[in-house]
Amino acid sequence: MRYHPHSPEDIQAMLAAIGAPSVDALFDSIPHELQLDRPLDVPAALDERALLVHLEQLAARNACTPPFLGAGAYPHHVPSAVDQLLMRSELYTAYTPYQPEISQGTLQAIFEYQTYVCLLTGLEVANASMYDGATAAAEAALMAARLRPDRKAIAVSRALHPAYRAVIRTYLEPTGLEVREIAFGKDGRTDLDAARKAAEGAAGLIVGYPNYFGVVEPLRELSQVAHDAGALSIAATSEALAFGLLASPGALGADLAVGSLQSFGNPLNFGGPGLGFFAARESTLRQMPGRLVGETTDRKGRRGFVLTLATREQHIKRERATSNICSNHGLDALAATIHLSLLGKSGLHRLARLNYQRARYAREQLAAAGITALLSGPVFNEFTVAGDPATLQGKMSAAGIDGGYPLGRDYPELTGLLLCVTELHDKTSIDRLVAAVR
Amino acid sequence: MSFPESSRATQGLVIDEQLIFERPPGACSGASLPEAGVPESDPAGEIPEEYLRGEIEGMPCLYEPEVVRHFVRLSQLNWSLDTGFYPLGSCTMKYNPKSSEAAARLPGFAHVHPLLAEEKTQGALELMWRLERALAEITGFEAVTLQPAAGAHGELTGMLIIRAAHVAKGKPRHKVLVPDSAHGTNPATSAFAGFSVVELKSGPHGYLEPETVAAAMDEDVAGIMLTNPNTLGIFESNIAKIAKIVHAKGGYVYGDGANLNALLGRARPGDLGVDVMHMNLHKTFATPHGGGGPGAGPVGVVKELEPFLPAPVVIKDGERYRLQFDRPQSIGRMRTFWGNFGVLVRAWAYIRELGPQGLKAVSDLAVLNANYVRALLEEAYHLPYETASLHEVVLSDKKQKEHGVTTMDIAKRLIDHGFHPPTIYFPLIVGGALMIEPTETESKANVEAFAAAMKSIAQEAKEAPEAVKAAPTRAYRERLDEVKAARKPVLRWKPLGEV
Repeated sequence: MRYHPHSPEDIQAMLAAIGAPSVDALFDSIPHELQLDRPLDVPAALDERALLVHLEQLAARNACTPPFLGAGAYPHHVPSAVDQLLMRSELYTAYTPYQPEISQGTLQAIFEYQTYVCLLTGLEVANASMYDGATAAAEAALMAARLRPDRKAIAVSRALHPAYRAVIRTYLEPTGLEVREIAFGKDGRTDLDAARKAAEGAAGLIVGYPNYFGVVEPLRELSQVAHDAGALSIAATSEALAFGLLASPGALGADLAVGSLQSFGNPLNFGGPGLGFFAARESTLRQMPGRLVGETTDRKGRRGFVLTLATREQHIKRERATSNICSNHGLDALAATIHLSLLGKSGLHRLARLNYQRARYAREQLAAAGITALLSGPVFNEFTVAGDPATLQGKMSAAGIDGGYPLGRDYPELTGLLLCVTELHDKTSIDRLVAAVR
Repeated sequence: MSFPESSRATQGLVIDEQLIFERPPGACSGASLPEAGVPESDPAGEIPEEYLRGEIEGMPCLYEPEVVRHFVRLSQLNWSLDTGFYPLGSCTMKYNPKSSEAAARLPGFAHVHPLLAEEKTQGALELMWRLERALAEITGFEAVTLQPAAGAHGELTGMLIIRAAHVAKGKPRHKVLVPDSAHGTNPATSAFAGFSVVELKSGPHGYLEPETVAAAMDEDVAGIMLTNPNTLGIFESNIAKIAKIVHAKGGYVYGDGANLNALLGRARPGDLGVDVMHMNLHKTFATPHGGGGPGAGPVGVVKELEPFLPAPVVIKDGERYRLQFDRPQSIGRMRTFWGNFGVLVRAWAYIRELGPQGLKAVSDLAVLNANYVRALLEEAYHLPYETASLHEVVLSDKKQKEHGVTTMDIAKRLIDHGFHPPTIYFPLIVGGALMIEPTETESKANVEAFAAAMKSIAQEAKEAPEAVKAAPTRAYRERLDEVKAARKPVLRWKPLGEV
C-alpha cells in the first residue's frame, strides 16, 4: 500500500520497543468476543489506473453540460486560477487553524472572506462560513429566537426555498418554536398583509432575496413589517451573485443575511459541499453561531489573525454554546474569496449584469414564443414559466437540453417550471432552448 | 540561538502579505467575461431603483497575476499535512491521496446539478449507494445516510433520530448521558436536539464503569453518547455491558465515530451495541480537512432506527438508483441537497484503493504508531492513564510544570522544531493534556524524529525553561495575543474613513 511506510522490519522493531508480541496483541483491550473475526466485505483493492477507470465510468453516467437550472445550486464559470490555487497543499491539507503562528494563510483568507460577506450583504459582521444556505437559514432562525427569548414563533415566507424551509423545520422541531408560513401573491412576492399577521409575536421573519422563484422581494417593506412587530428581519439568498446588482440586505433593513455563496468559485458538485454565509449586526455578535477570525498582534507587535470569541462555541461552552457547529466550509470559503478577488469591483457588477441580461433575453424570447412568466414579479437570473412541466421538459430533453425544475413538486397549485440562465448560456444556447419548447 | 539536531524548521524568504483590500487600487479586474451577445437592457426598467446597486466600494481592483501571488503567499504562511508531521489527536491527520483529488475534479462529478432528472445522474447516485453499503459493512450498521456535512452535523442527525424514535413510541425523553471525556460537540448537540445533559465521570482506568451508567440511567434518559475508543485513545471495554444497561431502560447508544481509525477491520461499532453513529470521512477516510472543512459526517443506524433517517435516501430499484423522498417517519431534511458529494467521491476512491486488507492495515499501523510514540515518550512525559492505547495517546505537562513550563509552551516550542503540535488541553479530564495521534501514514523515522523533539523540549524545560516559554521564535509570527483579539474584536477590514 503506497500510503503505508512500514516495512516488516520496522514493525518488528517497533513491537519490540513497545513490548508487544504482535500487532494483534495491541488490540487486546477490545474484548475478544467483540472483535471482528472475518475480513471486511468490501470490494478488493484497485491500483491507481484501475481506480480512475472505475471512477471515470461512474462520472460518464452523469450529465454535466450547464443546465438551465438553479433552484439553490447555480452553474457558473469557475476561473482556472481558482482551482489551481485550491490545489495548493498548504491550503487544502491544513487543519482548522488552532495554532495561529503557523496558520496565518488560512486565518488571513478567512478574515478576507468575512470582509467580502460584509461588503456583499451590507452588514457589519460575518462568520467564517457554514455548511450551506439551508443550515445557515436554520441557524438564523435559532439566533433570532435567542435574541427574542420571549417569542415562540418564526415567520417564514412560503416563497423561501423549499429545502431551506424544510431544514428550518428540522432544526426548530426540538425547540417547540412554531413555524408560521406566509403566503405569496400572483407576482411571486411575499404577501405583506399575511406577513404582518405572521410576524405578530414572532422572533424573526425570514424571506428569500431573491426568493425561490427568482423574484426580488420587497425587502425594505418586509423588514419594516418585521421591525414593527419587534421581530428580526432575516434575508436568505441562494444566488449570491444577485448582490452584484441588487441593493444589499443590510441597506434594506435586514438584521441577519444568510444563504449560499456557492455561485462564487464552487462548482455544482451534485449539490455539495455547499457554502453557507452568515452576517449580522455587530450588536448581536455574541449570539452568532460559528467560527470567527479576528485581528490581533504578536509579541513583537506585528499584525496577525486568530480564531476568536470562542466563548460562544461548543469546545468552551459545551451544552450552553450558540450552536454545535465546530467547523466551517473553509476550502469553499477560500474558493469564493479567490473568485471575488479576481472579479473585483467592476467584474462582480459586470458578471451580475450579464446574468440579468441573458436571463432577460431568454424571458423575452420565451414570452414571444408564447411561454410566459407564471409569477410576474421582477427577477434576477432565475424565473418561472407557465406550462405543463412534463411537456416542456420533454421537448427540452428531445433537443438535448437539460434544465427546468417542476414547481408543482413543492407548490401543488403551480403548474410550470423554474428556469435559470447564467453567463454559461450564450445567445445561441438560449435560442436553441426557445426553439425546443416553442 | 542554537537548536538541537532534531530541529528541522528552516526559515526562507517569507513575505509579509497585506490584506487583499489594502493593495493599491488599480483600474483592473481579473475577470474574463464574454460579451453579452444579447440586446442591451436596463434592469432599472424592471427592478425598483432602490433595489439596485452599482459597483461595491471596497472591493479590490486587481489583475489576475496579483491575485494569484496573494493567495500563493498566503499558502506559504501555513503549515499543512503535505508540509510535515501533524499529530493532532482526535483529528486523524492522515495523508490525503492525490488520486482522490483527481477523481473529484472529473467534470462528470464536479459539474453535475443535484436536481437533474435521475436518469441523468445514475453514476452519482450509484457511487452514493455503494458508499453507503461499504460504510454500513465497515461499521456494522443496517443503513447509512450521507447527508450530514460534518461530524457535528452527523451528531445532530443522530440525536434527532433518537429523539424521533422516542416520540414515535409516544414517550418523549429529556436527558442524555455524556461522559466527562467527550468532545464539546456531544453536549452541545444534545442541547441543540432539545435534551438536557447529565455528565458521567470516567472511571479510574480512563473508561466508563457500568455502575456509573446504571446509576444515572432511568426512563427519562433518551440515550448515551459514547466515543469509542474514547478521547484518551482507550477502548471503552465495558461497552457491551453499558449498552445492555441503556437498552434495558429503553435508551439508545449513540456512537461518536471520531476515533473510528482505530477499529477498521478489527471491530464494528454496530456489533458492540451502538445504535446510531456518525463517521468522519475527513478523518478515517482520508478526505482533506481543507483548513477547517468541508468534511462529511455520514450516520449509520440499526434496523429499528432506519425509518427515521433524514429524507431523501438513495435506493436501488432494480438496476436503477433513485432518491426516495416519501419517508413518513423521517426526521426531515438536514441540508439543501444530498450530501457533501465532492467529499463522498474522495472517500469512495479511498475505500476502493485500499480494499479489505488495506483498511485493516490502516488501523493496525495507526495503533502501532501511537503505541510506539507512547513507548518513546512515557518516561520524559507524564502518562496519566496506563491503560492500553489504541490510535492515540494522551500525555500531560505534569513533569514540566515543576519548571514552570506548560503544555502551551511545549506546543509552541514544537513549532520551532518543525512539527505541528498535538491537540492540547483536551480531553478536559487531564490537566495540561497533550493528545498525540500519529496516524498510519507516518513512518517509523518520522515518529522517532517527533519523539526526539519532544524529548529535547523536556530536557530544555529543565535546563532553560525561559527558552521554551518564549517559543515560537522561528515561525512567521510569535505568540499572538488572543485576549486582545477577543476584547475588542476586529473581524473585518473596513474601507478608509468608515468607522
